[in-house]
Amino acid sequence: MSKYAVEVDHVSMKFNINKEGVDNIKEYFIRLVKRQLHYVEFWALRDVSFKVEKGDRVGILGFNGAGKSTLLKVIAGVLKPTQGSVKVRGVVAPLLELGAGFDKNYSGRENVYLYAATMGFPREFIESKFDEIVEFAELEDFIDSPLKSYSSGMKARLGFAIATAVKPDVLILDEVLSVGDAAFRAKSQKRIESLMGEGVTVLYVSHSTGKVEELCNKAIILDHGQIIAAGESSEIGKIYQNMTVNK
Amino acid sequence: MGKVKKLDKHTENFKKYRFLLSELVRKNIKLQYRDSMLGMFWTFLQPLLTTIVLVFVFNNVFGRSSKGVGNYTVYLLIGRLLYTFFTQSTKRAMRSIRSNSSMIKKVYVPKYIYPFSQVLSTFLTFLISLSVLVVVIAFFNITNNHPIHITWRIVYCIIPILILFVLSLGVGMFLATVCVFFRDMENLYDVITTLLFYATPIVYSMDRLNFDPNGWQLFVFKLNPLYGIIGMFRAAVIWGDDFVHYWDVKLMWYCIGCAVIALVIGMVSFYKSQDKFILHI
Repeated sequence: MSKYAVEVDHVSMKFNINKEGVDNIKEYFIRLVKRQLHYVEFWALRDVSFKVEKGDRVGILGFNGAGKSTLLKVIAGVLKPTQGSVKVRGVVAPLLELGAGFDKNYSGRENVYLYAATMGFPREFIESKFDEIVEFAELEDFIDSPLKSYSSGMKARLGFAIATAVKPDVLILDEVLSVGDAAFRAKSQKRIESLMGEGVTVLYVSHSTGKVEELCNKAIILDHGQIIAAGESSEIGKIYQNMTVNK
Repeated sequence: MGKVKKLDKHTENFKKYRFLLSELVRKNIKLQYRDSMLGMFWTFLQPLLTTIVLVFVFNNVFGRSSKGVGNYTVYLLIGRLLYTFFTQSTKRAMRSIRSNSSMIKKVYVPKYIYPFSQVLSTFLTFLISLSVLVVVIAFFNITNNHPIHITWRIVYCIIPILILFVLSLGVGMFLATVCVFFRDMENLYDVITTLLFYATPIVYSMDRLNFDPNGWQLFVFKLNPLYGIIGMFRAAVIWGDDFVHYWDVKLMWYCIGCAVIALVIGMVSFYKSQDKFILHI
């Protein structure tokens, strides 16, 4: 077995952005004939390569639009890179936009099964973990109510509880440690730390160097889709701090 | 070698997401009638009531639609049940990618699961709704009003059902793909299904149209695979006594061909463009 949990190999991601916003067929054909269809090529990622060893906790730093979320989506398998390839060994649990995949007409209980199934967990596994999930999300009294009656905090708590119920091999965190009230935040941070203690590989996106230095041992900085620095999180944190000041 | 490996990967992936498929099918069925008082009973009641309306309109208001069909109610009910399954499953499959966009943007899921689960759940409710047919036939046979003689040939109705399932899956996957890039399809398809309703002998019989059996009009009608599929189902259920006369073997092979071609086109177009879905939804 390879010692790497994630291998990102020369990954580039191109988006064609429609400049003029052509939204009907007539205009589309007129422009096609006049050869005025201009797409702006936008490279969200350019030739990004890095490897993450098993058990590493990597912070990904960068300004808005640096390509952080695109990178996580490519690693999670949601986006297919234009060039290059990504290898991930084991189960990936993406914690992006918690609760976005819930069905509002379904009860909390039904949503637990649906969400878990979407993440590729088998039924027996969820049945064995169900009580634990509900307890962690603190939703014992509402689990059979339809999701449309939940507050956004309740949804996020449920999403977090399901996604972390399993011990994944790779955990992707996109600034989700700000879920719920202070008490729940502390609890979710503890859950993440205990997962880290068990040797889970973590990819963590943040703007806050403090959090990255605290949680991660390695870090990379993305800028305009390129990696401009990679190394120990304490060093990289300092570099990023300087970048922020000089911006 | 490479191909076998790829296929293995596909089956493995399918096994992993089998639970998701069953969850989605369950969700589609459960949510359809949630919060309604009669619930699942609507699966039974809705085709029955709409058939009564159609029988009244086409037999009494327009008149003579039933020429040469024997029991017009059963004739119409069969056409309507099969037509409704086809249009509902394809419509739902068509919308499945867009309506699950929040999930697709977030987690990797084999995307064909969404249209497939829609066709599958509609298929299950369709099978349940076939009980209406049993009840209606029993009603006519007991009251001895245009009774229908059921023979062992009724087992043949499995063939058109399977063909229809494959056809719907293929068309549904193709429409799901088209709809991601060309949203107008949703509106356009409503027009197409209305056309299909009148281009298929559902509410009228072919005898009523008095076509020349060798003429081009009849040929055009037969190009529509639903013509053959509904015809086969009727032959198996209504005309068991004169089955050989009503069951058109050539047309059966044509329908099988259509279904297989639709499935291939649907799957190929879906697989070729599924990586681009996320950029458009």
